[in-house]
Amino acid sequence: MPAITYVSDSGAAHTVDVPVGDSVMEGAVQNSIDGILAECGGARQCATCHVYVDETWFNRLEPIEEPEEEMLTVTAAPRKPHSRLSCQIPVTKALDGLIVHLPPFQK
Amino acid sequence: MAGGVVVAGAGQAGFQLAFSLRSRGYEGVITLIGEEPHLPYQRPPLSKAFLAGKQELRHLALRPAPYYASQRIDFMAGETAASIDRVARRVTLASGSAVPYETLVLALGARVRPLPIPGAQLEGVCYLRSLDHAVAIRTRLQEARAVVVIGGGFIGLELGAVARSQGKDVTVVEMQPRLMPRVVSPLISDYYAKLHASQGVQVKLSAMPVEISASNRRANALVLSDGERIPADLIVAGIGVLPNIALAQDAGFETANGIVVNEYLRTDDPCIYAIGDCAAHPNPFAGTRVRIESVQNAVDQAECVAAAICGQARPYEDVPWFWTDQFDVKLQMAGLSGGYDRSVTRGDPESRKFSVFYFRGERLVAVDSINRPADHIAARKLLAARSRLTPEQAADESVDLKSANQLSATINSQ
Repeated sequence: MPAITYVSDSGAAHTVDVPVGDSVMEGAVQNSIDGILAECGGARQCATCHVYVDETWFNRLEPIEEPEEEMLTVTAAPRKPHSRLSCQIPVTKALDGLIVHLPPFQK
Repeated sequence: MAGGVVVAGAGQAGFQLAFSLRSRGYEGVITLIGEEPHLPYQRPPLSKAFLAGKQELRHLALRPAPYYASQRIDFMAGETAASIDRVARRVTLASGSAVPYETLVLALGARVRPLPIPGAQLEGVCYLRSLDHAVAIRTRLQEARAVVVIGGGFIGLELGAVARSQGKDVTVVEMQPRLMPRVVSPLISDYYAKLHASQGVQVKLSAMPVEISASNRRANALVLSDGERIPADLIVAGIGVLPNIALAQDAGFETANGIVVNEYLRTDDPCIYAIGDCAAHPNPFAGTRVRIESVQNAVDQAECVAAAICGQARPYEDVPWFWTDQFDVKLQMAGLSGGYDRSVTRGDPESRKFSVFYFRGERLVAVDSINRPADHIAARKLLAARSRLTPEQAADESVDLKSANQLSATINSQ
């Protein structure tokens, strides 16, 4: 399984194995990683699974679609150039080693 | 902190209350009492991706089992709060044991409204609310050829869309003259009637089910009041829910289509709150007391009460929002349109991308957006800011909704 690393705002890194096909959000929720709320469960409705994708990885992801783009305008922590909703990043073999940074808050 | 917080009900609201308390640093005992045998789980996918087989069971849990132990949340599965002793401050469970509380939160949810016609008890007649319901329907859909859905609301239409996408013959029967009549305007209803028809769903409006017929004690058709008989090997009733209020009634609380609470979501007992589907609360967006069945309402009410328990009480005034996925169309709703007296359309319904803005008097009260996520997000901001956007501005696509707050303020001050 691809390994995904979640780095908290304080710098603590948690690396977990996430099944291919699950989203980066689901990887966090199913491993009880703090800092991802995912209140709507991945429906692009709540923007509480916001992450800053490590810049070395950002361009390797599929592009942002319009509904996600809109939700990124209402994130609680500031949107940055590498902001994504983690529910919109499906885990693939190619993402083995992905690093995402968690914002200080989600609401 | 003896007793701590007891949460009766482990749906989205009950789970969120426990989660938010710990996130806020609450140190006391938290007991989460869930009637079902499962870990707290998400309901929205039950009529969407999970039902369609596109999402697995393991994705539904809101958090995995180890979460509860690590957060010192005492999650009791398969337990029901049977009575409340308000003097001794303890809840007695149906299994007989008693749980003391300092604060009690009623997150009791709702149950399906039973179908009130002969034959409703037959094998082959299902409801959809719980995970077990969804698993049963998902299994039955593998064999079924003809599916009849009673009720043209969100659940019924989502289920109908899933079944139709699997190639079943699907009929949706709605008693009112239009789909989703309680929540959307006629324009949106018509759009959805056409959408379902275009996908091959038979939509029957103003249709009154009177009986379910059977062969070998198994449901085989729905009979309507005009005598029409719609053959089916699976019938699902999605005719709404009833709030779970008996526990509160027995404890002497006022109930009126839900457990009556004030703007802080507190009952008239200062130690007892009610949240989520079961709470009849004064809602600033409705301008009256309402009960709202949604993820947003469950989550935000839980957070409001968690804050109060942690000494930061504030009135509940979050903007309501909802969504429904049917076929490839997403409808996003912000605000509460009930009692609107004027609506305007932004965008062209023929383009499959448009929004309907609802006004009560001068005030914007709700926006329904079809495949227009930018309008939906703008609407949430406008509603939160009590925007004075006019119907003319809303309908005018040259008006940028993202700056409409400033714009309407400017116009109104001139």
